[in-house]
Amino acid sequence: MSETHAYTDYHPRWLRRPVSTYWWLHQRSYFVFILREASCIFVAWVVVYLLMLVRSVSESEVSYLQFLRWSASPLVLLLNLVSLFFIVFHTITFFQAAPQAMVVHVGGSRVPGRLVGIAHYAGLVAASGAVVWVLLGV
Amino acid sequence: MLFSAGGVVSALLMPILLVLFGLAFPLGWLQPPSYEHLRAVLSHPLTRLVLFGLCMLSLFHWAHRFRHTLYDGLQIKHLNEVIAALCYGGAIVGSATAAYLLWQVP
Amino acid sequence: MGDRITLQIARYRPEQESEATFDEYEVPCPKEWVVLDGLNHIKDRIDGTLSYRWSCRMGICGSCGMTVNGEPKLTCATFLSDYGSGPVRVEPLRNFPVIRDLVVDIGDFMRKLVSVKPWIVRQTEKPLSEGEYLQTPEELDDYKQFSMCINCMLCYAACPIYGLDPKFIGPAAIALAQRYNLDNRDEGASERMDVLSQHEGIWGCTFVGECTKVCPKNVDPAGAIQRYKLSAALESMKTFFMPRGA
Repeated sequence: MSETHAYTDYHPRWLRRPVSTYWWLHQRSYFVFILREASCIFVAWVVVYLLMLVRSVSESEVSYLQFLRWSASPLVLLLNLVSLFFIVFHTITFFQAAPQAMVVHVGGSRVPGRLVGIAHYAGLVAASGAVVWVLLGV
Repeated sequence: MLFSAGGVVSALLMPILLVLFGLAFPLGWLQPPSYEHLRAVLSHPLTRLVLFGLCMLSLFHWAHRFRHTLYDGLQIKHLNEVIAALCYGGAIVGSATAAYLLWQVP
Repeated sequence: MGDRITLQIARYRPEQESEATFDEYEVPCPKEWVVLDGLNHIKDRIDGTLSYRWSCRMGICGSCGMTVNGEPKLTCATFLSDYGSGPVRVEPLRNFPVIRDLVVDIGDFMRKLVSVKPWIVRQTEKPLSEGEYLQTPEELDDYKQFSMCINCMLCYAACPIYGLDPKFIGPAAIALAQRYNLDNRDEGASERMDVLSQHEGIWGCTFVGECTKVCPKNVDPAGAIQRYKLSAALESMKTFFMPRGA
């Protein structure tokens, strides 16, 4: 099949439909995909926020208390609330995707996807528990 | 691989950290750790290592994802090299900052 | 839900227009009719100039893929009764150039398919006297899902990456490459790796996952691609750290 086409009556022009820049608004699943990708922005924000916390602890107790006070201000609270939504969204979508990407064989048979997903959530609970125990001594 | 590692560590550690330091402590739902306790936790080499890993991997996860979203989603193709430099460069700078700050904990 | 339904069909007649238009037809709607039955009714009884592809009418040939109410579907497997009183909008498969009416050019996919060598590649063939290549049921299960692909290209229509960058090799081609990579009789994985590890190969995929959602045969191309990314990454780490041992 030749690549160059002479546009005569016998080689009619093909219709090429361009994709709009707003393709991600045209379908719900595309929009959710972009939201999932956008959650990475809030991942970066949490890194910044944690580093600010570390720096405040490095400086002095006063600095640490100031950081806690600042973190209670309405704008920061709102930002962190929104970030929490996106971080949780990131976690859920990542754990949803993991079984599709990882095929685990134990012995001879394949571990079902649901178990891989459950293992990830178990890891989340364990990691969260460890953090709480370390920080609050609970 | 950095991307998926970053995705996993951020998915495992960030929810609880954000719930605690972003909401629970500021809003007084839970008593924040005392300065001495937190300083002791942060100065522990294992904590520094874990936090550095979390920051570095998460930043590279962000860099890779953000760059691709701009390229595919918003179709900003003509600035491809600039965006790649800003994203990965930002991740490198951020990781270096994290290393420096974590090193500095007394 | 009556006994007739309106179909809005995209028309493109290159010899007389440069844009697509829509024609409306009213067709009977018995409960067992699929969209393809509606199209055949239009062509047989109402407007013989309508052009579209179909063949087996039972979901195995992969010819009749079109966009029905915005979703890529096999028209032989999509019941008109699912759309209530209609209207049902039928357009050509997205992300492909339209030759005429509902017919798209699939040459791009065909070339990409050939480039991943979708056949058993062996360094040395076994002579016939040694008998057949043996394969256990477990070995068959490793790749069986990916062998179900009927090349219908609904996944290409659903993939936003392919729509934005036609150089992307695409879901079905990668799934079919995996079908052979995971086949224990095949020895061609490294040959396919050269094609697939390019920027427009597997690394173009951002795991949107739409391809798996629309696949009529449950091939799960998204899963195939992510698994291949993992093995490709491990391969490149091996060659990086052990260039001669790998």
